[in-house]
Amino acid sequence: MIKNVMTKLGLSLAVALTSMAPAALAAGGGGKLLPANTRPDNIASVQRGAKLFFNYCVGCHSLQFVRYSRIAEDLGLSEEQVMKNLNFTGGKFGDTVVSPMRAADAAVWFGKAPPDLSLEGRSKGADWIYTYLKSFYVDPSRPLGWNNTLFPGASMPNVLWELQGIQRAKVGHAKDGGEAHIEGLELVQPGTQSAQQFDDSVRDLTSFLQYAAEPAALKRQKLGAWVVLYLAFFTFLAWLLKKEYWKDVH
Amino acid sequence: MQPSRIDRAVADLQEWFNYRAKAFGPFYRKHMSEYWAPKNFNIWYYFGSLALVVLVNQILTGIFLTMHFKPSALEVAPGISEAFASVELTIMRDVEWGWLVRYMHSTGASAFFIVVYLHMFRGLIYGSAQKPRELVWLLGMLIYLVLMAEAFMGYVLPWGQMSFWGAKVIISLFGAIPMVGDSLVEWIMGDYLPADATLNRFFALHVIALPLVLLLLVVLHLAALHEVGSNNPEGVDIKKVKDANGKPLDGIAFHPYYTVKDLFGVGFFLTICAFVVFFEPTFGGWFLEHDNFVAADKLVTPALIKPVWYYTPYYAMLRVVPDKLLGVLTMFGAIAILFLVPWLDRSPVRSIRYRGWISKLAFALFALSFIWLGKIGAGPGTDPVETIVGRVLTFLYFAFFITMPLWTKIDSTKPVPERVPAHD
Repeated sequence: MIKNVMTKLGLSLAVALTSMAPAALAAGGGGKLLPANTRPDNIASVQRGAKLFFNYCVGCHSLQFVRYSRIAEDLGLSEEQVMKNLNFTGGKFGDTVVSPMRAADAAVWFGKAPPDLSLEGRSKGADWIYTYLKSFYVDPSRPLGWNNTLFPGASMPNVLWELQGIQRAKVGHAKDGGEAHIEGLELVQPGTQSAQQFDDSVRDLTSFLQYAAEPAALKRQKLGAWVVLYLAFFTFLAWLLKKEYWKDVH
Repeated sequence: MQPSRIDRAVADLQEWFNYRAKAFGPFYRKHMSEYWAPKNFNIWYYFGSLALVVLVNQILTGIFLTMHFKPSALEVAPGISEAFASVELTIMRDVEWGWLVRYMHSTGASAFFIVVYLHMFRGLIYGSAQKPRELVWLLGMLIYLVLMAEAFMGYVLPWGQMSFWGAKVIISLFGAIPMVGDSLVEWIMGDYLPADATLNRFFALHVIALPLVLLLLVVLHLAALHEVGSNNPEGVDIKKVKDANGKPLDGIAFHPYYTVKDLFGVGFFLTICAFVVFFEPTFGGWFLEHDNFVAADKLVTPALIKPVWYYTPYYAMLRVVPDKLLGVLTMFGAIAILFLVPWLDRSPVRSIRYRGWISKLAFALFALSFIWLGKIGAGPGTDPVETIVGRVLTFLYFAFFITMPLWTKIDSTKPVPERVPAHD
């Protein structure tokens, strides 16, 4: 009888909770997303990503919610390592990461201020970031000469072009009256990294932004297993207690 | 056997207490040890106590969030308000365990609606709103109404994109009211747009005014219930058959029988909640929307403005009705009509177990229309076919209630036994 109740409770709650999940995952926008396949617990990858971020991104993008000291703590780095290898902006160890570029200048140079990336890993998601960084191509019609298939008309140039090389759009033929469309991107000038190496770099950078978006994520999952186990055990004891009390109910 | 010293000490203490608080004993007996609850509660009867557990969780975690949250829309960095920073930097990163408290609160909000919706549906299919429990239903509906306002204002507080634009859309609904609409919208916001003044008053309402009302209503809901006694899955009136002492034969003491049973339910429920809190706190964007991780920007409209899942059935109704005022009336009407259930349900039996196929079909169609509308309300609302489907479902939703006096009356019923057959 009780077992029955338990299964019913479990099933109905599980159904109630999970049946809502799939539709939410579609909230990506734009084109088709490539799987980033990042692993937040891969600290080495997050560290490499941090290095890439501070070499290529921080010139324009801030991480207003990420402190240098927190990066050191979470990624197992010393204060010296962080201040020497990552902090090029002159901020203090306890400060958050603020880009040296002034917002007013940025608005003039790019048309709009580059967004803060603290929470990009949560608002856009890892797959979006990964795909976006791989989707730049040369487009002379754009002010800075670059465009992006995932985010057409993006103000940002391809800052990783030295690594990736230069991609050009393969434009398909216009089909009866329709506009010409981009069928794919081809590498017309190789960069310093192979395609495989570049994918790994972008994955590292994505890992770092994912970490930056929720530094508590690692701790949360580690702790979560114990909490769920404890509660499951508590529930089992409560079930035994209920069974004992209900012996005299007929 | 001689009473031990400890026994005597406990007895003394009891006497000391009873002498000074005479009303406590009868109160405790009336609501706990001699509140006779039907012995056949099934799974549906967990959700009341679970709602209470979630309420306590919301209040406790809310107190700690209040200690660090800053209800201020003023900019502290380019494009970032103090409120947004206090949530995403202070609470989520700087305060020890702040992230856990916040996830417990945000998951609790959605969990609240899950258990409340199941609790309400239970009342519907077992005829719990019927005489003599009309007051219990009405008070419950008031709780639901206040809860929706409470959750809406809570969602505005982090001052993300969805907070801002959701507030703008929902408050602007009042603009559909003829004559006073526009002034009313301005009065609610305290500005021409959702702004610092809006955030401040929503904070005050969210942390003080509405929780007080909520607590009062919960006390009244329980008091009203304990006056008339709980219904049960059979819809049998257990007070009809009593023993010599006036105890219903099919009733058991709420404490300890249902306190231990509910303890099990709470454990099970918390296990599932912990799973969400620790492994999927945004629940794929359903509990915490992706766009709310972007600071509010009054110049950038999000591609898709939609409320959190628990409002989407009503939001869908608003969108599928072509006229704004009519849409608003439909939306609020959909909630208002729920209050009338005790008088719309004319069935001679309470429980679905003793009703005919018409009622079963009606309940199923109602559940389907509510869930499907929820799905439509969560989508972009651009598909014209979906709009037609939405209109049909809205029609079904209202038809369910408006024709309820009819179908509950003409539907066949099975004879209800005198006694509860067995406990689940």
